[in-house]
Amino acid sequence: MAERRHLLDVDDLDREDMERVLDTARSFSEVLHRPIKKVPSLRGKTVVNLFYESSTRTRMSFEVAAKRLSADVLNFNVSTSSVEKGESFKDTALTLEAMGVDAVVVRHPVAGAPWLLRQWLQAAILNAGDGMHAHPTQALLDLFTMQERLGELQGRTIAFVGDILHSRVARSGIKACRAMGMKVLAVAPPTLLPPVALEGVVTGSDLDDVIPHCDVLYMLRIQMERQKEGRFPSLEEYTRLYQLNMQRLGKARPQVVVMHPGPMNRGVEIAAEVADAPHAAITAQVSAGVAIRMAVLFLLLGGSEGGEKVA
Amino acid sequence: MPELLIRNARIMDPFNELDEKMDVMISRGRIAALAKELPVQGRESIQAEGMVLAPGFLEIHAHLREPGKEDAETLESGLESALRGGYTAVCCMPNTDPPLDNAAIVEGIAAKARDLGLADLFPVGCISRRREGSELAEMALMHLSEAHVRAFSDDGSGVADSGLMRRAMEYVQAFDGLLISHAEEAALSRGGQINEGTVSTEMGLKGIPALAEEVMVARDLLLAEETGCRLHLAHLSTARSVRMLREAKERGVRVTAEVTPHHLLLSEMDIAGYDTVFKVNPPLRTPHDVRYLQEALADGTIDAIATDHAPHTIEDKEKEFDYAPFGVVGMESAFPVLYSELVLAGGLDPMRLIALLTSGPARVLGLQPPQYGAGIVEGARADLVIMDVENEWTLDAKRFASKGRNCPFHGRRVKGRIRCTLKNGGVAYRLAEAGSG
Repeated sequence: MAERRHLLDVDDLDREDMERVLDTARSFSEVLHRPIKKVPSLRGKTVVNLFYESSTRTRMSFEVAAKRLSADVLNFNVSTSSVEKGESFKDTALTLEAMGVDAVVVRHPVAGAPWLLRQWLQAAILNAGDGMHAHPTQALLDLFTMQERLGELQGRTIAFVGDILHSRVARSGIKACRAMGMKVLAVAPPTLLPPVALEGVVTGSDLDDVIPHCDVLYMLRIQMERQKEGRFPSLEEYTRLYQLNMQRLGKARPQVVVMHPGPMNRGVEIAAEVADAPHAAITAQVSAGVAIRMAVLFLLLGGSEGGEKVA
Repeated sequence: MPELLIRNARIMDPFNELDEKMDVMISRGRIAALAKELPVQGRESIQAEGMVLAPGFLEIHAHLREPGKEDAETLESGLESALRGGYTAVCCMPNTDPPLDNAAIVEGIAAKARDLGLADLFPVGCISRRREGSELAEMALMHLSEAHVRAFSDDGSGVADSGLMRRAMEYVQAFDGLLISHAEEAALSRGGQINEGTVSTEMGLKGIPALAEEVMVARDLLLAEETGCRLHLAHLSTARSVRMLREAKERGVRVTAEVTPHHLLLSEMDIAGYDTVFKVNPPLRTPHDVRYLQEALADGTIDAIATDHAPHTIEDKEKEFDYAPFGVVGMESAFPVLYSELVLAGGLDPMRLIALLTSGPARVLGLQPPQYGAGIVEGARADLVIMDVENEWTLDAKRFASKGRNCPFHGRRVKGRIRCTLKNGGVAYRLAEAGSG
C-alpha cells in the first residue's frame, strides 16, 4: 500500500494490503486510549474534507483521525442544491490543487466523482462515499470491528440486510468480506436488491431463514424516500419482515455480532433493545472508524514506516 | 462553374445498383458523363484510383442545437461536420430551444441552411406543441411550409401519452407523414445513467433497463399496425426491440428503423473510469445486443444507420456522471469506424454499408429526387462522396468541424477516410493532406 496514492474502493487493496491497514489501525487504536490522544506523524500535512453530501458522522471521523495525526484539516462543505449554479467540480478540484493540499477526503452523491478528482489532482484521494457505489473506509472499519469480536474471519458468514440496491456500504463491504474469505448473504425485498446479483453473493428475501446461519448480521439503514419511490408498500410492512428484533435475535447464534453503519432508525431496521444488546457492535464500529481512517491517512500520506514511533 | 473529372473511382451506387470502375464528368453541378476513360482535355481532375465514389450520405438523425444552444453546435458547424463526414443531406431533430414545433421556425431554420449552402437540411418537426407531449403540434402546417417537413418526432423523450401518439399517427396520414419514435418509457428509465445490468450494478450508477425502450417499441408497433401510419424507430439498441421490429415487418406493419454506429460497435463493457463520453441515450447495451444489432444490419432488418449526432460543450460533459448530458457526436467518425469494424473486420458487404448511409435512410424518409437520391447517373445533381478506403489514420475529435468533442471513438486507429465531398458539383470538403493523420 506504500506505493498506492489513493483509496477509491476496496478493490484497490489486496488481502495483504487490507491486513496491513488493519494492523496499523490496531496500533493507532491504542493511541486513542491514551490521555494525550495525539501523535506527530502527519505534522505539516494538509487534509481537506470535501463534502458534497452532508454527513456529520463521517466528516467528524475523518477530521478527528487527521487531527490525532497532527495534520491540518480544512472542511469544505458544498451544498448539493447549489451545485448547478456554483463552481464546477473541476474548478473546485483545481483550486484545492493550487493550494497544495496533500489529501482530499471526498464524499459525493454521484458515483465515480472521486475517479474524476484523481484526473485533476496530485493529492491523495480518499473516497468517503460516492453515490451508491463505494465506501472503502467503512468496509475496512467493519472488518476491524468483526476481527475484534470474532478473531479469524475466514469461513465466517455475514448477512447484509436491507437496502442493498442503493447501499455503497454494502457494495464495498461485500467486496471486503469476500476478500477475507467470508461467506456473504444479501437479504432484502426483491425491489431493494440489485438487478443483477453481486458477484459471489447469495441473495434472498427471507430474513428468518438466514438468521440462524450467520456470524454477523449487518443491518442497513432504510432511507425514508425509498418508500416514496414505491420500492416497498409501507414502513410497517418492512419493519414486520426485515427488522432485527429481540425475537429474531433469539434465533441467532449466541455469539452473533450485530452491526449497523449508522445513523440508525431505531424501531425500523433495528429494534431499540437489539441496538443496546451486548451483541451490538455499533459503537465499536464508530471507534474503529477513527483508527482505520488514521491508518489510511498515515499509509497514504507516507507517514514514516516506523510503527514503533507511532505506538 | 468549371468542369470536374473524377478518374478511376470504384463507383458504388445503391440507388442504381452500380458497382463499377468508371470516370465521372461533372458540369454545371450535375453529372454530365459517366464512362470508362473519359478524356481529361485540360479539365480539373481528381485522381481517385483505389478510392470509392458514392452518392453523398443522408443523415436522418442529428442534433444541430440551433436555435438555443449555439455554443454546442450551430447550423453552420453542424452542416460543415456533415460534409466532412461525407453527408450531403441532414435531418435535424426538433428538440432545440425553442423547439421546432411550428411552420415559422422550421421555415427559418430551412432558409438559414439554404443560405449557408453547405449540406442540405431537412428539419424534423415536433409531434407535440413545445415538445411537451400534451397537444398535437401544427404538423400539417409544417408540412405545407417552405421547409416541407415530412417527419415528426419528440426526440429526446418518448411520447408518454398513448392517446396522443395514436391521434398523431392518425392525423399525419392526411399527408402521409412519418412519425419517428424515440422509444423510451420514462417511468422505467428516470434517473438512469447507463444500461441496467452488471456494469451499472458494479459502478453504482442507476440503470436504464432495456425494457424502457422495448415497452414503447411494442406500443408504437401496435399503434402503427392499428392506424396504418408510417413509423420509424430511432436509435434501436436492444435485441428484443429488433426482434419485435422484424416480427412487425413480417406482419406488414409500415415500419422502418435505424441504429447508430455507437450502438453497433460499443457496449456497456467499454465504459471506463466514469468517462462521460460514454454517457448516451439510449445507453450502450450488452455485447449480446451489439452482436444482434450487427446481424440485423446485415440481414436487412435494419433500414438505416443514423449517428444521433449530439454535440455538447466540454464544460457540460466534463462533470460528475449524473450531471453530464447524454450524447455523442457522430458524423465525422461514422464512415471510418463503420468501414473499419463492420466491413474490414466484420465482413459486411461494402455496398450494404453504403446503402445504409444513402438509399436506406432515403427510403425511411420517403425522399425522392430531386430532393435526394438520384444516385450516380447522367443528369443527376452531383452530391457525391469520395472515400479513400486504404487510408489508415487515427481519429482525432479535436480536429472535427463540429463544435462537439464528445466522440467515443476519439483516438481509435481506423482505415477508410472521407477524401472529398461534392455538393452541387462543387468541392465542399477536401482532405487537406494526402498522408495519414
